[in-house]
Amino acid sequence: MVVFDKPHALTDVPLHYCPGCTHGIVHRLVAEAIDELGIEGRTVGVAPVGCAVMAYDYFRCDMIEAAHGRAPAVATGVKRSDPEGLIVFTYQGDGDLASIGTAETVHAAARNENITVVFINNAIYGMTGGQMAPTSLPGQVTQTSPYGRDVTQCGYPVKICEMLSMLDGPEYLERVAVNNVKNVNKAKKAIKKAFQNQVDGKGFSLVEVISACPTNWGMTPSQALKWIDDNMIPYYPLGVYKDRSAGIIPGAKEAAK
Amino acid sequence: MAEKVLMKGNEAIAEAAIIAGCRHYFGYPITPQTEIAAYMAKRMPKIGGTFLQAESEIAAINMVYGVSAAGKRVMTSSSSPGISLKSEGISYLAGADLPSVVVNCQRGGPGLGGIQPSQSDYFQATRGGGHGDYHMIVLAPASVQEMAQLTIRGFELADEYRMTSMILADGTIGQMMEPVSFDFEIKEAPEKPWATTGTQMKREHNVVNSLYLVPDVLEAKNFERYEKYAMICEKEALAEEYMLEDAEIVVAAFGIAARVAKNAVNAARAEGIKAGLIRPITLWPFPEKTFKKALGTAKQFISVELSMGQMIEDVRLATGCAVPVTLCKRAGGMIPSPEQVYNSIREAAGKAGE
Amino acid sequence: MTRELLFAGFGGQGLLFSGKVIAYKGLIEDKNVSWLPSYGPEMRGGTANCSVILSDDPVGAPIISNPDVLVAMNLPSLDKYEPMVKPGGSIFVDSSLIERKVTRDDVNVYYVPATKLAGDNGVPTLANMILVGKLLQVFGEYDEELVKKALGKCISARHADLLDLNLKCMEIGRDYE
Repeated sequence: MVVFDKPHALTDVPLHYCPGCTHGIVHRLVAEAIDELGIEGRTVGVAPVGCAVMAYDYFRCDMIEAAHGRAPAVATGVKRSDPEGLIVFTYQGDGDLASIGTAETVHAAARNENITVVFINNAIYGMTGGQMAPTSLPGQVTQTSPYGRDVTQCGYPVKICEMLSMLDGPEYLERVAVNNVKNVNKAKKAIKKAFQNQVDGKGFSLVEVISACPTNWGMTPSQALKWIDDNMIPYYPLGVYKDRSAGIIPGAKEAAK
Repeated sequence: MAEKVLMKGNEAIAEAAIIAGCRHYFGYPITPQTEIAAYMAKRMPKIGGTFLQAESEIAAINMVYGVSAAGKRVMTSSSSPGISLKSEGISYLAGADLPSVVVNCQRGGPGLGGIQPSQSDYFQATRGGGHGDYHMIVLAPASVQEMAQLTIRGFELADEYRMTSMILADGTIGQMMEPVSFDFEIKEAPEKPWATTGTQMKREHNVVNSLYLVPDVLEAKNFERYEKYAMICEKEALAEEYMLEDAEIVVAAFGIAARVAKNAVNAARAEGIKAGLIRPITLWPFPEKTFKKALGTAKQFISVELSMGQMIEDVRLATGCAVPVTLCKRAGGMIPSPEQVYNSIREAAGKAGE
Repeated sequence: MTRELLFAGFGGQGLLFSGKVIAYKGLIEDKNVSWLPSYGPEMRGGTANCSVILSDDPVGAPIISNPDVLVAMNLPSLDKYEPMVKPGGSIFVDSSLIERKVTRDDVNVYYVPATKLAGDNGVPTLANMILVGKLLQVFGEYDEELVKKALGKCISARHADLLDLNLKCMEIGRDYE
């Protein structure tokens, strides 16, 4: 009996991520969703600039490396080239999606572009070595906010799910976390749903995954997972922010639990 | 021969793209090229194509990147300030060896500049525009018929060499109407086994990418690309030669400037001055051989440009500065008059000791 | 032979359309033609013009410095372009909008109260076509079949009623003495 196996949609290339980084978990969840839906042969992934830049080596489906922040625009092009045939997803970090690529994100959502977006929010720029991200928490110490994020100077974090939920366009927005087994299971369900929505032609589906960056947070992996519970989730409440097909359409300030 | 219709240059580009099999167009409004977007918006939905008004020029060029990666013919268009925004994407297209067609209907700059015709994006176009070692094939139409013809050629070259073809037009050619015939034979797009169209579980995954973190691998990629460029320089350089056989004063001009220059050359010939014209049709590759050939009789070259003098550098390089090269220019949206060019030719003829 | 025509006036007077009809007529007659508009925001309510070149030879520069023919539909246009018309050239003036006379004596001048005539005939927006009719008549080039064909190329079949109105106005111009 097989108790554990690598998803087919992942290649055998060893991941380059740091110890305790949760990218590996999310890669696996994406690959499992692709496997379970049987869509690997018609899936095209778009990798970001950021820690996941080399995701194109890790997924076995066709992959495209996009310019920083432009993945939703690239995905739009790919999807429009064969709307019936292709399943297209982007995999983006917070700097990529919520800073340099905000316009592409908002407009792909506004168009209800029929793509799946996996958004890794770990509140920091990992690849360049720990600078302040658009989602860094108020007071959070980073290389470029050495005295803590001062909201009077740097402004406030961008809450992507809340922001996009105010648009008429998108089909499905959910925020999940991958800091414990229960949350990982929920994240798995959300990511699979985001792909299923695309298969069903429902439109723009984004899953924001609250993730850990122990290296740049300066913590051990277990401290980092706890920090998510203590600091990240209170600021970024988990839940479904929009699910048009299920009748969850905000206006309401609170996320549906 | 198909019936000729009267059409704006911008519309001719759009129609030609459709004839070339382009079914995806992404754009953003900017004067003086917006007719292309308007034409595509009208036609694409009727032929099962995609017209999308992107949120920015940056988004538009990245949508182009996506369609091209998926193996389809695709085009975007803009005017000077918008091309600056697209330059990031054009560099990525070059780095990933993706074919595309980009139209620049130039207007005066720098900055927001103006909306009147210009040729001041010559450097940007012929030197690549974005970061890194790369070139685009740059085609310079001088008539509405050529707007159509070179657009089709642009798609063919883009696919053949897996690079961006830029149609470097200007506000005048874009806005003017002339008779145009769409009687073209279209080369089918070649097979694109590299495209990300889904593995269908039948092959290894394709990766479209411009990232190479190992420097010697990246160097090898660049070397390989420049071998291709050398071949293009050898095979694809194109120029119109007008009254060149015995020309002592050789005017160099492309696009709208060449049409003005032709009037002036005719006037000079009527006066007995041995004037001629080289009209580069490909700006990259620059038709160096035509210039070298003209050196046989030329005593002076005059570069006529709607800029402060950009192509003149290539004329000097191509002729090795063997004879004087002077500049006849207007800038900022102004166009030299035939009289201005004619006077430059006469002045040169005097200096040349006619 | 080459003829260079400049149509100038306010945006909205249909000058670009007038030029297009003339250009299309030239194309049908197998001439080389070019049509170049002024473009951009300055056209809205400001001065608009278009340059048309008809020639037996390939058209060089589509830009006109010294027109053979000027059609002027407002005073600023006449002021600006009158001095540029070639000696021996022709100027068509909408005399219901321009009170002054042409001052040059080396050009042929035709005054037509086009806007008034158009208004009297219930088509106030087609004064431009009255001038086009006059222009063709003056040059002995008013060929009914060609004119119809050219209009047909410039007006989509869905607007056949517009075609008739345009034709009517061109005839008013043709017959105006």
